Amino acid sequence: MVDRRLACLGVAALLCILAYMTIGLRGNIGFVLALRATKLAALIQVSVSIAISTVIFQTVTNNRILTPSIMGLDALYLFGQMLLVFLLGGLGYAALDPQLKFSGEVLLLMALAAGLLLPMLKHRIDMGLMLLAGIILGVLFRSLQSLLARLVDPNDFAVAQGASFANFNDVRTDLLIFAAVLTVVGVVIAWRARHVLDILALGADSATGLGVTWSRTVTGFLLLVAALVAVSTALVGPVAFFGLLVVAVAERIVDTRRHAMMMPAAALTAIVILVGGQTLFQHGLGNSSTLGVVIEFAGGLAFLVLLFLGSRK
Amino acid sequence: MIRIENVSLKHGAASILYDISLDIPKGGITALIGPNGAGKSSLLSLIARLQPLQSGKISIDGFPVDKTPNRDLAKIIAILRQDSIVTSRLRVRELVGFGRFPHGRGRLTSEDHAVIGQSLQQFDLTDLADRFLETLSGGQRQRALVAMAFAQGTDYLLLDEPLNNLDMYFSRELMRSLRAIADDAGKTVVIVLHDINQAAAHADRIVAMKAGRIIADGTPAELLTSETLQRIFSFDMPVITIDGTPVVMHFR
Repeated sequence: MVDRRLACLGVAALLCILAYMTIGLRGNIGFVLALRATKLAALIQVSVSIAISTVIFQTVTNNRILTPSIMGLDALYLFGQMLLVFLLGGLGYAALDPQLKFSGEVLLLMALAAGLLLPMLKHRIDMGLMLLAGIILGVLFRSLQSLLARLVDPNDFAVAQGASFANFNDVRTDLLIFAAVLTVVGVVIAWRARHVLDILALGADSATGLGVTWSRTVTGFLLLVAALVAVSTALVGPVAFFGLLVVAVAERIVDTRRHAMMMPAAALTAIVILVGGQTLFQHGLGNSSTLGVVIEFAGGLAFLVLLFLGSRK
Repeated sequence: MIRIENVSLKHGAASILYDISLDIPKGGITALIGPNGAGKSSLLSLIARLQPLQSGKISIDGFPVDKTPNRDLAKIIAILRQDSIVTSRLRVRELVGFGRFPHGRGRLTSEDHAVIGQSLQQFDLTDLADRFLETLSGGQRQRALVAMAFAQGTDYLLLDEPLNNLDMYFSRELMRSLRAIADDAGKTVVIVLHDINQAAAHADRIVAMKAGRIIADGTPAELLTSETLQRIFSFDMPVITIDGTPVVMHFR
């Protein structure tokens, strides 16, 4: 039996998808539909990967206001992009095989996340220190990126800039198939681990007592989060607060933290907000504003509200 | 049987446990007592492999805790720590259900549901089963956590100060429940207690620790004398006997 609230979310997501595909159809319908379908596929992938990665990350760190991007994971990704532009030049960067480049980036991001986090986990250092390190590293990578941005010539800079801002109008469709495989694999792993995630939410001691080997399990999940962050950042660029917003909203809707409910709820909420918002902005408001800005604004507000509510408890 | 051989523990330069050896046979309630900082909780978390063993050996029913796979140990021994955090938005029944995780990796069979119902009943939680944990009082939450450890269905149950936050009535109820599962289900309970009179009334054996060493070990009647208690807690307290149970007048 599927929960009623989850079913409602599913219907809402379907309606948004239908609206996105059908509103304002004109001209060569086959061409328009194909164009929209590829964009839609990218938006759904981004929604799902951001939602799932944020849920897992919050569970593992036992912290409701953290997202992988606050920890600097996407800053790391963008620094990699800028470094490539710097080393190869704008032309060389553009000439790279996108799929080869992307798979390299994903592996590199996972390796760096592991290299950064594993030594800390091995010595059973507490999450607080790890998060602090993550935030500082995020700042480091952002600064390094802007340093490189000042060193490259303006043409190359324009190429790199395209990768550094969230843009839901112009998604990278060339990576779609490859990213889809990664997203599906990630989602399957996360779904199969939904009960383990419930146990991890109880904390290290309780999880160990219930037979979950803490450091190994957490490492696995952090690698999964890194891969999912790479997917969404590669497709649309960095979004800091979107994950936080959808997880907070989804948790209010399903009113539980069980992952069997939370993960689908967060993914569907993300689809509603992203696809629905994109439809509204393209057709309702005639592209007069940018969805990315509005989502970040709403997400930032959600962040402050959570912070405020948390501090009053 | 839990067998502890020559276990020492250090945090940096500070020594927590000095060369502890102790056998806890199967069955009955063993109470660990001693002043704050004696190393009781550390010993408990070493037995339950929450901390890596630095030196010495610990085995449970012949399984060494540092070499046996984690998920196998979870079917033999359950632990409740004193600072278990519960932040997730969870119902009592869901939390108790987590105790069944080692058996089905999260899929609950009808047998699991029966065990969960039984644990809820054992710890007087049936009426609270569908409440969210965050709406419960500290004592009710504590009972839910004990019920979760009991639902794990292990032969050995380690409890670190489970009477914290409990009023007199529920302290007695919890100790009686533990007595019942030790007598009827043959469970082995190792419990850290600060209320020495609860230990006197319900435990079969008391092990006293001080400054990282075991300094006394015996039945309540043997151990609870003014001289021994003076050695353990470093102050004088009279002991009287009511109906064959020693009562320590530590509060005067």
